[in-house]
Amino acid sequence: MIRFRSVSKRFGRRTVLQGLTAEIATGRVTGLVGPNGAGKTTLLKLLLGLATPEAGTIALGSHFLDGSPKYRATIGYMPQIARFPAHLSGRELLRTLVALRGGAIVPELSLAEAFDLGEAFDRPLGVLSGGTRQKVNAVLAFAFRPELLVLDEPTAGLDPVASRVLKDRILADRAAGATVLITSHVLPELEELADDVLFLTEGVARWQGGVHELKVTTGQPTLERAIACLLSGRAILAVA
Amino acid sequence: MNTLLPLLRLAVREAIRGRWLVGIAVTLAVAGELLLRFGGGGATTVVSLIDIVLIATPLVGLVAGTVQVHHARDLTELLLAQPVSRRRLFLGLYLGNALPLAVAISLGLIAPFVWHGMVFGALGARLVPVLGAAIILTFISTALAFLVALRVDDRVRALGIALGAWLVAAVVWDGVILLVAMLFGQRPLEGAMLVMLALNPLDLARVLLLLGTDASALLGYTGAVLQHALGTGAGRAVVVATLSLWLVLPLGIAARAFQRKSF
Repeated sequence: MIRFRSVSKRFGRRTVLQGLTAEIATGRVTGLVGPNGAGKTTLLKLLLGLATPEAGTIALGSHFLDGSPKYRATIGYMPQIARFPAHLSGRELLRTLVALRGGAIVPELSLAEAFDLGEAFDRPLGVLSGGTRQKVNAVLAFAFRPELLVLDEPTAGLDPVASRVLKDRILADRAAGATVLITSHVLPELEELADDVLFLTEGVARWQGGVHELKVTTGQPTLERAIACLLSGRAILAVA
Repeated sequence: MNTLLPLLRLAVREAIRGRWLVGIAVTLAVAGELLLRFGGGGATTVVSLIDIVLIATPLVGLVAGTVQVHHARDLTELLLAQPVSRRRLFLGLYLGNALPLAVAISLGLIAPFVWHGMVFGALGARLVPVLGAAIILTFISTALAFLVALRVDDRVRALGIALGAWLVAAVVWDGVILLVAMLFGQRPLEGAMLVMLALNPLDLARVLLLLGTDASALLGYTGAVLQHALGTGAGRAVVVATLSLWLVLPLGIAARAFQRKSF
């Protein structure tokens, strides 16, 4: 269980999260949904320790985030359309991550095979297409058998085949016990993956619970319609 | 150490394949070659080289440092998401930037003297402190660049601040000293001049290179005051100590900024 308690975060003068409280269940896929600027990416960054909150606490299981880095060994992170230095290859980045994690780990690269990345994994990232770079990013995120996957718009820029491969992998890892936290603007896609939804607007959790439960409470047949319903304010629901 | 080495390896690879480091080395080598061929050779060449080092190294260090910090932002975020402490990452990123640059600058400076077979002569011995100053200035300017780039998220503004700092240190400072000397010429200015010397790492480096050489006419006001007040030996020690502060303080503040930064 991941717990956010009254978490507030500002970037300069802009308040991104305002006392957000939420829980993310272990072993499930939680879709992070909300309009642009709602604080989805910030929430992920706080969880990863890339940013620290001004107020509130974040706990992974019994570990409260306090700036010590060890807990990140179990996390796989796929940043939003990240651009890494152009002259490095995916394999060089992977080797660096292996070394940073102590060097004794053999990375798990079945995703690279599933993507059919082949030689692209050894080419400089600068010569790869955006979609291929995104595949490399995904391979890096899944390489260390993470217990928690933090995926920020993972399918952005992927072709349908690659997107399918990645989604299958996410579901396979979930089946193997991993917890997945994922943002996506493509709600039908999220509906395929997510067990739970955490809906944010303006830095506050407006709704959280199961996808099915959301559809029932809003009386809508799809996740997309249910979210539209939440956004239009026709269903004001208390957050658990 | 097991975090530092992989980061250095990554930075060196990226730096070598991106050709700009090679460009810097070649430019410096060409400048040195021209000085050797047309500058009369000997002592004047070294003094001209000192000028190039004092102008070029901080400029390159500041620009390269600020650009790199912003350029490597996505990579930094990925690295921060690994089980590694921020302190180690900062050191890795800083050294990954400063070391290859210092090596490129040193190679560029030495190269013409090597192919003219002058490294082991009297000229070679006089080249050593110039190289030392170039390396120190590279590390100082990279530290300042990291400080600026970590505090200012806007790329263009950060670069502007870095360039402004260089302009002040390399150009404006001499004018300010001249102005102070003219305005307050009647009063004893020794103390003020020593303070002004301490406030500019480029001035410090120049004084260090020229102190006790036959080119001491080029010391300038601040350097002359220092030599007069402390003599060559003690003056040198004070300058080296102050220069180290110029490395340690900005690097410390930048490390703190990195430690607390929200990415």
